Amino acid sequence: MTRLSVGALLRSDDPKLVREIVTPEGIPLRFTLARAGDRAAAFLLDMLLQIIVVVAIFWGLSLAVGGAASWLTALIVLLAFLLLNFYFAFFEVRWQGATPGKRQIGIRVIDARGGQLETSAVLARNLIRELEVWMPLRFLFASSLVWPDAPGWARLFAGAWAFVFLFMPVCNRDRLRVGDMIAGTRVVLHPRAVLMPDLVDEAAATPMVAAAGTRPAAAHAFSDAQLAIYGIYELQVLEGVLRTSPGDSAHVAAVRTVAEKVRNKIRYEGEVTDDERFLREFYAAQRAHLEQKMLFGQRREDKFSK
Amino acid sequence: MPAARHPGPAAPRQMRSLEFRREREATWKALEDTIATADKRGLRTLSAEQLTRLPHLYRATLSSLSVARSISLDRALTDYLENLVGRAYFVVYGTRQHLVRQLSDFVRWKLPSTVRRAKWHILVAALVTVAAATAAYQLTADDLDYYYAFAGEMAQGRTPASSTAELREGLYHTESGSGMLATFAASLFSHNSRIGILAFATGFVAGLPTLLLLFYNGLVLGAFVALFASRGLGVDLWAWMLPHGATELTAVMLCGAAGLLLAHALVFPGAHTRMDSLRERGRAAAVIVVGAVVMLFIAGLIEGVFRQTVTSVPIRFTVAAATAAWWIYYFGFVGRRRDQLEAAERAEVAR
Repeated sequence: MTRLSVGALLRSDDPKLVREIVTPEGIPLRFTLARAGDRAAAFLLDMLLQIIVVVAIFWGLSLAVGGAASWLTALIVLLAFLLLNFYFAFFEVRWQGATPGKRQIGIRVIDARGGQLETSAVLARNLIRELEVWMPLRFLFASSLVWPDAPGWARLFAGAWAFVFLFMPVCNRDRLRVGDMIAGTRVVLHPRAVLMPDLVDEAAATPMVAAAGTRPAAAHAFSDAQLAIYGIYELQVLEGVLRTSPGDSAHVAAVRTVAEKVRNKIRYEGEVTDDERFLREFYAAQRAHLEQKMLFGQRREDKFSK
Repeated sequence: MPAARHPGPAAPRQMRSLEFRREREATWKALEDTIATADKRGLRTLSAEQLTRLPHLYRATLSSLSVARSISLDRALTDYLENLVGRAYFVVYGTRQHLVRQLSDFVRWKLPSTVRRAKWHILVAALVTVAAATAAYQLTADDLDYYYAFAGEMAQGRTPASSTAELREGLYHTESGSGMLATFAASLFSHNSRIGILAFATGFVAGLPTLLLLFYNGLVLGAFVALFASRGLGVDLWAWMLPHGATELTAVMLCGAAGLLLAHALVFPGAHTRMDSLRERGRAAAVIVVGAVVMLFIAGLIEGVFRQTVTSVPIRFTVAAATAAWWIYYFGFVGRRRDQLEAAERAEVAR
């Protein structure tokens, strides 16, 4: 293909990040691992929310009682502890693996083996944040509280420590932070499911063709030999081309290029007045042909396979 | 050219994949709607009918996916089904929802059972603490100057330089004013819990920091006992320490054991891979730590409120004995029947 990127027309997910899990029903499902940036953004959102909640409650309560009641401090201490340690776990248990931040970004926690996400796993992956995040942060920014007069090397060590655990997810294949390793969990993109009309479905295809107003009387016909050239891969690239937004100049250009290429390749000799229609009909015939073969156990992966 | 020709427009009517889609599309849409509601407003907003249909729709769609993979070459369709099942998977296999039931399950079986299975790790944690305490006690009893080395930071004005009267006053000091007590209890709780969680989390660094924390904790304990014993306040100290200590020390042992579980999984994964071993023991450790945090909350209340208001030695000892007896009963016996049931079930499955 000339200037068309085939990859972009197919799935845009990085194949290196796609992981398969097997559901308890025994059916493999693919999920895409969340990128480090997404996870960091979700974490920051969650942190922001926690800070806002503590400040708002403190503020509200001190306004309500008017002044610093001594039990107020007790409440804040408790609340801060609970938030810091159980905020993530609480939401991940209640919201099927998502926290407010994760939800906003569109990522979720799953069990790495595809089983039920256990509460103990959620607790394990979040309690470990004490090691990964809170302790190094305390060391870096409030070392005088933890260890008065900490020597320089201690702070350096804390910095290195934070660095190691912070960048752990970037350093392994499955994008695991320590919590994920301990709990056996993964963080994946929450898939979006949009059902597009079937390209072969006449009802869906007609309005577009009718709108063009150039519906020729005779349909294009293809012989078995012509349909035996391409395989599944090419069929799905073609599907990608046909599914780019119609009316777009890029779409028109792509359709023209591809139609010409297909005609040359299969030596189509009939008359073609509408490239779009030709391609759709070729797609329909090609898919019917390949699906028929598949029913008999012959999957033709691409044009190079026998 | 061969005789077989495929007329374009006639093809759709014969295509299995298209027929298949027409037949099943309503089910997929129903699942999509149910999930959208669950995602937006929570599982509990689903009606009883939707809830009972959900697993049904999920399985039907899952089977659609596997059929589609074998008969359809419409990429948009298989992608859609894959993503839809993926979304539904979160709802169906996310964590279970009945929080109350889960809590009761946790308290009545999961926690004591997990603790029982970690008994060797707990024993090691206890031994390290006792060894450190004994050593510190011996050294400090011989030479009180060691006290500064062992308990320097934790002393809070209780040092060998203090008079016996001052030390005694520290043990029987009372506070009034609920606000002060509450704050004290809350800070004790959050401080101790943080250390406890840290003892667990540092298990990931091969458990060395965990052992150090336990050891240090033991040193402080031993030095304390030695100092007060040297002034003839031994009994008074135990009466002061044990009411909350029985709970607090147990919780610290548990956190230490949780850290050791992680370290064990990492350093000696045994027959499993390191990841599998971590996954197994990491979850058990988390259960134990959460139990320990609850115990530390109870200990904080006893330490922050009871100890600051009740000074009678017999009552203090009674409370100490009662809490100790309770924890022994709880971790030793609660949920044993369920343990046996689970074991029998596993044996059944294995057979």
